[in-house]
Amino acid sequence: MSTYLRAALTIYWKDVTVEARTKETVLGVLVFALVVTFIFKFTFDPAPQVVALIGPGIAWVAYVFAGIVGMGRTFVLERERGTLEALLLAPVPREAIYLGKLAGAFTLMIVVETAMLPVFVVLHDLSFLSLPFAATAVLATLGLAAVGTLFSAIAVHTRARELLLPLLFLPVTLPIIIAAVSSTSLLLDGGGWRDVGEWLRLMLAFDIAFLVLSSWAFEFVLEE
Amino acid sequence: MATVETTRAPTKMGLVQPVLLLAAAAFLLADLYLIFQYAPTERVMGIVQRLFYFHVPTVWVGFLAFFIVFVSSIAYLVKRTDVWDRRAYVAGEVGMLFLTVAMVTGAIWAKPVWGTWWVWDAKLTTTFVLWLIYIGYLMVRAYAPDRQRGARWAAIVGIVGFVDVPIVYYAAELWRSLHPELVTGPFAESGGLESAMRTTLYFSALTFTLLFVYLFRERTAQRANEQALDELRARLA
Repeated sequence: MSTYLRAALTIYWKDVTVEARTKETVLGVLVFALVVTFIFKFTFDPAPQVVALIGPGIAWVAYVFAGIVGMGRTFVLERERGTLEALLLAPVPREAIYLGKLAGAFTLMIVVETAMLPVFVVLHDLSFLSLPFAATAVLATLGLAAVGTLFSAIAVHTRARELLLPLLFLPVTLPIIIAAVSSTSLLLDGGGWRDVGEWLRLMLAFDIAFLVLSSWAFEFVLEE
Repeated sequence: MATVETTRAPTKMGLVQPVLLLAAAAFLLADLYLIFQYAPTERVMGIVQRLFYFHVPTVWVGFLAFFIVFVSSIAYLVKRTDVWDRRAYVAGEVGMLFLTVAMVTGAIWAKPVWGTWWVWDAKLTTTFVLWLIYIGYLMVRAYAPDRQRGARWAAIVGIVGFVDVPIVYYAAELWRSLHPELVTGPFAESGGLESAMRTTLYFSALTFTLLFVYLFRERTAQRANEQALDELRARLA
């Protein structure tokens, strides 16, 4: 168990280090989220009283789309540099690779989501900051990353990988998207922990189901 | 002229398929009689309610087929035999066809009865998501660099998708629900249907299941021959 976690942590740390030095993905994804949010301003031009209504949708569309772009890159670097083979040859269980990659995708998305919070305040006068929102974001992001990491490992080997990832990813993560938007709406309406409890539980159940299932299935993706 | 031995003899259909085909055709004719002559016209909805006898059985087969995708996908990942992959693929293909029919008939029924083609309640949302997962399932294979990897990845999508469906249902149910109550099955309220209607519905479900079994077997054998032919071509090249 400890070698397992150590391997996952090593892979995670490698990804974080690479990202910290290049900042390639995180900046790109952040700008992408910014652009999506900015486009919403001009496609809907929401009046102040409407913003509260569609604000959670704007935020989560930006987050989910940014997540797709970010997670699509999870295995791209490994593949381009030929290090995926090295990773596969390493004497570590495949679940550890999955877990390390998942942690990387999760961190990336949480960083982008946090960085976007002041942007929502400035562009749409929307403030999400609260403890239940943090719980919503963490549970939702975990679910998105669990499914996204698995599917991006598949998509990276295919032709048209940019096309395949959202096509597989969005329908499967619909429960998370519904739950995240509903929970955020309730919180924006002045709700608290008790109002969003059911949505948080739903996301927790999704996260557990797909963490277990994906770490099992991951082995079959990478096998040569 | 070079002679080439096939690695696998072409799959023979035997007697079962013609019998199944005839049975499905006969059942379909009888089903049409029941639907349009035997079953009474529903008082409120009128003639359009008869679509229900096509809609419900095709939904049932669409979900049944996805269950076959799920089971066959697990069997394929465990056993790695082509036959399980073929079963999974064909169930996906034929299931998608049935589910499409189900969605179209449902929409045509909904327009006069509900006044709208589509609503986003739990059942419709789940069906739509399942339909999208079917598409993803078939596309993964199309985009895969080779057949083995396509089969493996599709199996993963099939399993993940199957586990996802009840969660989607639950989430959409929490979100909103305005679909009529279930009229049959374990959650049905008793006395929802008149007996002639019920008989017609069950018979129709049987008919479409029979049609599915025929199509499934036919397409599986066809696919086996396709693969044998591909292998032959590869050896010739």
